[in-house]
Amino acid sequence: MTDSTVLRLNGLSKRFGPVVANDDVSLTLAKGEVLALLGENGAGKTTLMNMLFGHYLPDAGSVEVADENGVLHSLPLGHPQAALAAGVGMVHQHFALAENINALDNITLGSEPLLALRRNRQAARAKIEGIIEHSGLKAPLNTPVGRLSVGERQRVEILKALYRDARILVLDEPTAVLTPQEADTLFENIKAMTREGLSVIFISHKLREVLAFSDRIAVLRHGRKVGEMATADADEKAIARMMVGADTPKVARTDMVPGAPVLNLSGISVSGRSKRDTLKGIDLTVKAHEILGIAGISGNGQSALANVISGLAAPSAGHIQVDGTKVAKPGPAAMVKAGIGRIPEDRHHEGIVGAMSVAENMVIERLDDPEVQSRGLLRRDAIRDNAERLAQAYDVRGPGVAASSRLLSGGNIQKLILARVFERSPRLILANQPTRGLDMGAAAEVGRRLLEARERGAGVVLISEDLDEILGLADRIMVIRDGNLVEAGSHDREKIGLMMAGEPA
Amino acid sequence: MMDLLNILLSESFWAASLRIATPLIFGVLGALICERAGVLNLGIEGIFVVGAMCGWMAVWLGAGLWGGVLAAAAAGALFGLLHAVLTVPLGLSQHVSGLGITLFATSVSYFTYRTALPNVSSPPRIEPFKALDIPLLSDLPFLGPVLFQQTALTWLALLMVALVWYVMNRTALGVAIQAVGDNPDSVDAQGLSVYGLRIGAIVAGSALMALGGAFLTMSAFDAFFFGMVNGRGWVCIALVIFASWRPGKALFGALLFGAFDALQVRLQTEMGALVPGQVFLMAPYILSIIALVIAARSADYPRALLTPWFKGQR
Repeated sequence: MTDSTVLRLNGLSKRFGPVVANDDVSLTLAKGEVLALLGENGAGKTTLMNMLFGHYLPDAGSVEVADENGVLHSLPLGHPQAALAAGVGMVHQHFALAENINALDNITLGSEPLLALRRNRQAARAKIEGIIEHSGLKAPLNTPVGRLSVGERQRVEILKALYRDARILVLDEPTAVLTPQEADTLFENIKAMTREGLSVIFISHKLREVLAFSDRIAVLRHGRKVGEMATADADEKAIARMMVGADTPKVARTDMVPGAPVLNLSGISVSGRSKRDTLKGIDLTVKAHEILGIAGISGNGQSALANVISGLAAPSAGHIQVDGTKVAKPGPAAMVKAGIGRIPEDRHHEGIVGAMSVAENMVIERLDDPEVQSRGLLRRDAIRDNAERLAQAYDVRGPGVAASSRLLSGGNIQKLILARVFERSPRLILANQPTRGLDMGAAAEVGRRLLEARERGAGVVLISEDLDEILGLADRIMVIRDGNLVEAGSHDREKIGLMMAGEPA
Repeated sequence: MMDLLNILLSESFWAASLRIATPLIFGVLGALICERAGVLNLGIEGIFVVGAMCGWMAVWLGAGLWGGVLAAAAAGALFGLLHAVLTVPLGLSQHVSGLGITLFATSVSYFTYRTALPNVSSPPRIEPFKALDIPLLSDLPFLGPVLFQQTALTWLALLMVALVWYVMNRTALGVAIQAVGDNPDSVDAQGLSVYGLRIGAIVAGSALMALGGAFLTMSAFDAFFFGMVNGRGWVCIALVIFASWRPGKALFGALLFGAFDALQVRLQTEMGALVPGQVFLMAPYILSIIALVIAARSADYPRALLTPWFKGQR
């Protein structure tokens, strides 16, 4: 690593209406360095990088990028084309790939003259193959991108940047969609490229990979840079405290003896239109006092499993027992009646009715309860009192229980759903990605509530793509892959990762 | 049964099929380009009318036949530009804007025609495109009358199929158009202009649509009259889905519809005494719906179709 600076951000600020996304953030990046940008959701990491790449125009501040000779030049702001030309490449969290054309075309898009009658594909292919050989980022070039795996797509994204001769690579949460092994390979490739002079900034909120793969760490909180340190001197606790601004309460879990089965799926198959909606004859049992974690890479049948348990999808084979009784006609209402509480994956669309008030959303699953209605008329006072009590108990903050629920923040919507589900003391709780997109504090709260329900005697099915979350909460772990469900048999991260990827453990 | 076989084997049936398919080929190609870029253009029906009117009027004013073709294309491009401005940078509903363009373009065409010719009872005629008579080739048995006695506009339509296929599949521009209809972010992230590509595609596609209209007044008939487009634009919208947004299949779909239509005319004369004529008139549309139901089940829509994209919002 040399000392020469290749990138300097000077006092960048950006507001969206009343929200300050970035406030006077300055950063430098040295040649060959890997800088990790850490922070909670909404801390302003992505906004900062989007300003660097020209997607957003900063309200204040400037960006300087070094040319090939190491001389810093200030970058015209708000022009992706200028950033590309200066050698800045960005890989977005949501891939910017066209799925109907192949990798080669995605990579060369925009660097060929549009109006030429013939394309020089041979030259392009030779250059890309050279980059692949150098970097180890393998991807099939002739297949439509829609048929590539997530890992391959990400490599195509990075190849896109390298094809444009990027000297600075920005990766926005590059491992969010990868298995642990894929993530390790990616970072090894990146390390190899930095030895040849590439400089990398990667955004993450996974402390483990930040500590393992970065040279330096910068932490953002509420749009401000609150700390910066060499990774060698960093410790996990200190960084976590810096990100959140306070110590996160460690979730305490006690050992418990599982009781009688509360949910039993046997031989359940669902024939869906895509892989994510398909199950191939799965068996699953959850007992009282037990949290069953379902690990897996997104799109391997998690949605189908969640839909079966919540009654939204009818299985084509197999049967469901709740508390030892067979559910004759599984449907959403029947499953709620049988004692299943549902924390849905997409909390904004499937969890609440945004146009209805917070109070109404809190009773929406028990409208036939005499406490909520009498003779077909809603008891508005009772509904409001109930909501005010729950908002207090579950710390739902916002503009009041009479306001539309869509005005709540993501974390508070999740608390609303938790209040609704837990108040009914369900026998079984289906939690599908319950902490996705939540900050550390809110995520810890969800974990605490799930453990509380387990203590009370409920069974919990926890579906999550965050392996750390499952390892921390689950008593027992199963891995879902390609519509099949297999017992993991241990809490071994390495082994589960291999099972998620479909390799024999 | 013998009658049907006789019809299917006759030269005139196949020649008519290709003739009827010609405006549809232009229209489907035009709609295909727009939708590949991610924008539905329901202005097509009105753009057909504009093309028919402008092409005819230019010739009537003395511009010559190819002058008329150019005038039609230019007028179609202009209405395409209007649709593009409304739906791409402004991001308005593509359905509403398209239907608005159809109503607007149709009315403007009728209005212009009436204003130019306030006192005419029977529409003035022009000298339309003649069937090309290619020596030797047009004397071939069967193929001669079917292929080589069509007008220049039919040949232009067939040429356009090849051209659109080449541009879409073999040039950087075509790849960019496909990409912008699938995921505009992919184009934006590589420094290309999403707006530029989409507006360009709509303008070019609309010009092609107008040529479909021009064929009606300058080749199929020799005058402009009200209601002459008669839903051909809407048929093209269905045919694009049938064609899975591929030029080759678009040609096939247009020919299939042309054949249905040519067949119903002949069946009407053969069996008109037995079945009411309206049944035959319905037949091509019903058969198209059936073909569409079968083909559309596996249709692979451009992913960004109907979704507006705004700069700076990811």
